[in-house]
Amino acid sequence: MESLYAITTGILTACGLFLTLRGRSFPVVVGLTLLSYAVNLFLFSMGGLTTNGAVIVDGPGDYADPLPQALVLTAIVIGFAMTAFAVILAMRARGDMGNDHVDGRQTDEPREERR
Amino acid sequence: MLQHLIVLPIVIPLISGILLLISRHGSTRIKRALGVGSTALLMLIAIALLGKASGGEVDYYALGGWQPPFGIVMVLDRLSALMVLLTAVLALGCVVFASAGDDEQGSNFHGLFQFQLMGINGAFLTGDLFNLFVFFEVLLLASYALLMHGGGKARIQAGLHYVVLNLAGSALFLIAVGVLYGATGTLNMTHMAVRLAELESERAGLVSAGALLLLVVFGLKAAILPLYFWLPRAYSSAPAPVAALFAIMTKVGIYAILRVYYLIFGDLAGPLTALEQPWVWWLGLGTLAVSAPAVLAARDLRLLVAYLVLVSVGTLLAGIGMRTPEATGALLYYLIHTTLVTGGLFLLAELIGLQRGKAGTRLVKGRPLRNGGLLALLFLVGAAAVAGLPPLSGGIGKALLMAAATPSQQPWLWSLLLLVGLCALIALSRAGSTLFWRSHEGEPSELALGKRQLFGVIWLLGASPLLVLLAGPVSDYTQATADQLSSPTSHIRSLLPEHANGGDA
Repeated sequence: MESLYAITTGILTACGLFLTLRGRSFPVVVGLTLLSYAVNLFLFSMGGLTTNGAVIVDGPGDYADPLPQALVLTAIVIGFAMTAFAVILAMRARGDMGNDHVDGRQTDEPREERR
Repeated sequence: MLQHLIVLPIVIPLISGILLLISRHGSTRIKRALGVGSTALLMLIAIALLGKASGGEVDYYALGGWQPPFGIVMVLDRLSALMVLLTAVLALGCVVFASAGDDEQGSNFHGLFQFQLMGINGAFLTGDLFNLFVFFEVLLLASYALLMHGGGKARIQAGLHYVVLNLAGSALFLIAVGVLYGATGTLNMTHMAVRLAELESERAGLVSAGALLLLVVFGLKAAILPLYFWLPRAYSSAPAPVAALFAIMTKVGIYAILRVYYLIFGDLAGPLTALEQPWVWWLGLGTLAVSAPAVLAARDLRLLVAYLVLVSVGTLLAGIGMRTPEATGALLYYLIHTTLVTGGLFLLAELIGLQRGKAGTRLVKGRPLRNGGLLALLFLVGAAAVAGLPPLSGGIGKALLMAAATPSQQPWLWSLLLLVGLCALIALSRAGSTLFWRSHEGEPSELALGKRQLFGVIWLLGASPLLVLLAGPVSDYTQATADQLSSPTSHIRSLLPEHANGGDA
């Protein structure tokens, strides 16, 4: 399970990074969202992956570390608010500057246009 | 009441911020009174906290009564008390300046301003790594909205870059916190320092990866060399009182570097001790080196001041990179000076721009200034202080830093610091002569200076001569702070007494 989990997190991070480096604001916002998903998964795994364990400390038996779950919950809430803000901001920038390029100027990108 | 003093710098801005948001359609006078009153109250509390911390005791406030290392704690030591007071002094100047009319250019200025203060104070007081992340987000979210206060293309565009960069930075912060938690099993910074002392050696690589990731995050906030490109445009396009308050934002990054690497990776961490030092030293010098041509090339007074912020960041980082108590004491003195003076210069630039009409703060021929004499005098004080000329506080700060350098560091630090000082001096004198002396066209502006605006500028720039008069006690305090910072044992003794003996050994 560890390798599957690690591959999932890695692919999400790579996709998120790739999209964040795009020139238009929509892919950037989607990229940031993917990146925050990857980070949440990563945080969740930091207490070690436990299967069939209790969620809280319950005697000497097998249990899952409860703290990463609390951290992930906080991170999800914050990430959600930030994404909402970034979406509104990108829309505002689109309206104010007349295009959706992150630098606010219409550049001729023949490579992008041809697709 | 007294035992709750430590948490008040977070609770008071929170309460007044909520009140300000509820009454957002209310009268402007009430909002201004509430905003200024809350900030002034914050300053009084910060003074009380400074008095409490100056004895050298590390004090903590356990939220919800959960004792460390299990609960979240607010920790008060000399460094955090100093930073909270510095924030309150800077914020009072900014909020009074904004009350002259900048706060009415958009909605909710005072409410957002209070939330920003809450985030900054929380970041300075918290003793928990994840809580530091949460307060970083609080201050960032408020700063996003404040940066775009009043709207306009330049602000929206600079804001988009700032938001995207900081969101990516938050992701890195979470990864770093996760790695450190996974390796040490705790989030309390003091407890982490204890745990690192008994770390298994195969986990050292993981911890150093997490630690250096944190340096990237704090470097983004502090605007270190490869991560500073957002700063000039964001600072020069923000409204003046917000830009002035942002003078403390880069210092939040500097504070976080000091706190994390001195407390967690302090002298108990074995092979991981001072692992950030070579990076911080060379990147600090690099930041200084690139800021020199940038200062000379700036064609706008606000952009010039923004690059001077970069100069101060480079100087402070080089001071952290030296990693001796003397250098830390000197850099804390320089930090007080540079925060207040660059804040004051942002406010002053706004006043000059207002009186020059269309030319604004661009360094071109413009209208003559109506209050040219007074503004020129204030500019002279600010410029001399920020360039580091001897009679003012910048000169003392730089001299202390240069005296703290070891012989092997001296050639690099002295030459770069003095060269950048010269560049700043040339750029500022050229800017001043263009603004105040070069042949002017047209009639002087009708716009008079507001009393509140003048108060804000004089309050912040006046700190520089005051820092010279009080140089003795202030540098004694910063030196005592540096001594307390140099070893995590005082934190361990106060927060985790059961580990204190192991920590001393």
